[in-house]
Amino acid sequence: MTAEISHRDLFEGVDLPDLERSIYTPRAFFSASMSFVTGSLTLIAMLPLVSVLAMLIYRGGKRLSWELFTQSPPAPGVAGGGFGNAILGTLVMVGIAALIAIPFGVLAAVFLAEISPNSRTSSAVRFCAKLLTGFPSILAGVFAYGAVVLVTGTFSAPAGGIALAILMLPTIILTSEEAIRMVPSRMREAAIGIGCTTTQLTCRVLLPSAMPGILTGVMLAVARAAGETAPLIFTALFSRYWLFEDGSLDLMQRTASLAVLIYNFSGSPAENQVELAWSASLVLVMIVLVLNLIGQAFSRRSVK
Amino acid sequence: MSSQLFESGPAEPNRIIRPPQGFDRFVDRFFRGSTVAFAWLTILLVVFIIYEIGKVAAPAIQEHGTSLITSTTWDLNRGEFGILPEIWGTLYSSILGILIGSVFGVAIAIFLSQDFLPPKLELIAKNIIELLAAIPSVVYGLWGIFVVIPMIRPAANWLHENFGAIPLFSTPLSGPGMLPASLVLAIMILPTVSAISRDALVSVPHKLKEAAVGLGATRWEAILGVIVPTASTGIFGSIVLGFGRALGETMALAMLVGNANRLSVSLFSPGNTLAALLANHFPEAGAEERQVLMYAALVLLLITLMVNCLGAAILNKTASRLSGVSK
Repeated sequence: MTAEISHRDLFEGVDLPDLERSIYTPRAFFSASMSFVTGSLTLIAMLPLVSVLAMLIYRGGKRLSWELFTQSPPAPGVAGGGFGNAILGTLVMVGIAALIAIPFGVLAAVFLAEISPNSRTSSAVRFCAKLLTGFPSILAGVFAYGAVVLVTGTFSAPAGGIALAILMLPTIILTSEEAIRMVPSRMREAAIGIGCTTTQLTCRVLLPSAMPGILTGVMLAVARAAGETAPLIFTALFSRYWLFEDGSLDLMQRTASLAVLIYNFSGSPAENQVELAWSASLVLVMIVLVLNLIGQAFSRRSVK
Repeated sequence: MSSQLFESGPAEPNRIIRPPQGFDRFVDRFFRGSTVAFAWLTILLVVFIIYEIGKVAAPAIQEHGTSLITSTTWDLNRGEFGILPEIWGTLYSSILGILIGSVFGVAIAIFLSQDFLPPKLELIAKNIIELLAAIPSVVYGLWGIFVVIPMIRPAANWLHENFGAIPLFSTPLSGPGMLPASLVLAIMILPTVSAISRDALVSVPHKLKEAAVGLGATRWEAILGVIVPTASTGIFGSIVLGFGRALGETMALAMLVGNANRLSVSLFSPGNTLAALLANHFPEAGAEERQVLMYAALVLLLITLMVNCLGAAILNKTASRLSGVSK
């Protein structure tokens, strides 16, 4: 206290600002309350996630049993049943989508990052990829309906896979490009210095080093595709039967998926179907969250 | 390893160190060619998608012309179709959703980028917010039906009973409606807005903030006076992109908006959106109705393309604007 007073005395007549800021001055109060408001908004925004997960565990966990994974959905009003065929359908369609989108996306990303990074073509490709990220998923379904279903004459698993591939593609292109660019240029220069062709450089140096980043993108894309519903309504519809119902695997037929099952059964008056919808949501969210967490783990590895 | 190298000896002279052979060159050319091809395919894909949707919609466009966009009736038996209520519903729910979502999204972006939390906690919070985007839309729909609608119904009906004279509250909330749909929409687009805004805020050079604080600004004076204006194009771009996502969002809306062909300003009235119309009608539609739905898809495509191009252009501008300021 005394020190402060003597300090003041020393500079008497000089207009010294008060460097202590009381919380009750309007400016500091505004600042503190804004911090409080944004902090609370952040916490409130996390509530839906907590609520969704709690509801899934509470309502979906009730029915969780082995039956769910081995049986097919019952008719309305019939008890029991599961959604094994829908899980299989989701896996098959996401698998087809990944088979198309991963090579397509990674090769396009190699072009963007390595072959010709600053050309007009590559900025056009980047613009298209960005457009596709914001592309409504239902329009991918409409496109696949026109391009595949109308041509082959039937709703099918490959049609669903193609629609999902369109949705996976931009994520894979943009994250892979970013990952390949992050490879230190001295590695690139060393490879060129010992006489690598572009192919050898890409396949032996760039892709292996960029692999964690690429896998992050792939995981995120697969997770997004697994949860997509809208495109499948136009391409695979739904089915109560397994893909290999009559002994042989036939992909060219209506195919069930977890997401469409949830959509179809959510509005059902039959209690059993609503319960199945909740259990299917739980399984779907688990699959998606695990894929996301794997993706995040990869991305942490690539940062190091 | 090294001994193997020497043992191979002159029979296979220096297998590793040699210029590319004809085969290598062929592989290389093929590989380069295929990357170019796939890059071009991406562009062609976008063009082909627009062409294909236009092609399946063409018969409906010829038959109905612009009357489809301006008419409000949807009568299968008389063959009269109109999607004005759906266009209205799409814009109404998206604008409402983006209003709520961007307030939250920008607040979160500021809170998680301006050193309010220790870095570790900040990263965890950021990942939790990003997980919101991971939940599939159809699960949000299910959650909305069983959690959001029962939760807001008492408050909504109270508002209707006491303030029913205001057009916004002019109908009771009987179940699905615009407000629950927009709320869920806001939750779904919030991660997009917050992630892109946060990127913009983080890329503001630190010295700007230091200068502001050095001049005596409080934390929020620095944020609102210096940092947010600098990052404003990026934040605006994120809101536009979030809006684009809201326009195309399908499943949650199809489950929550009520699927009613009605044009109303009331928050609690059931309505419909273009995407929800497609999702609800398509599986059971006949040939003629399908063509009309394709027309609706084309309208949706044009609206979202415009909004997304605008968003991408704004974000491109931010990148070039900040490129002159060194870190």
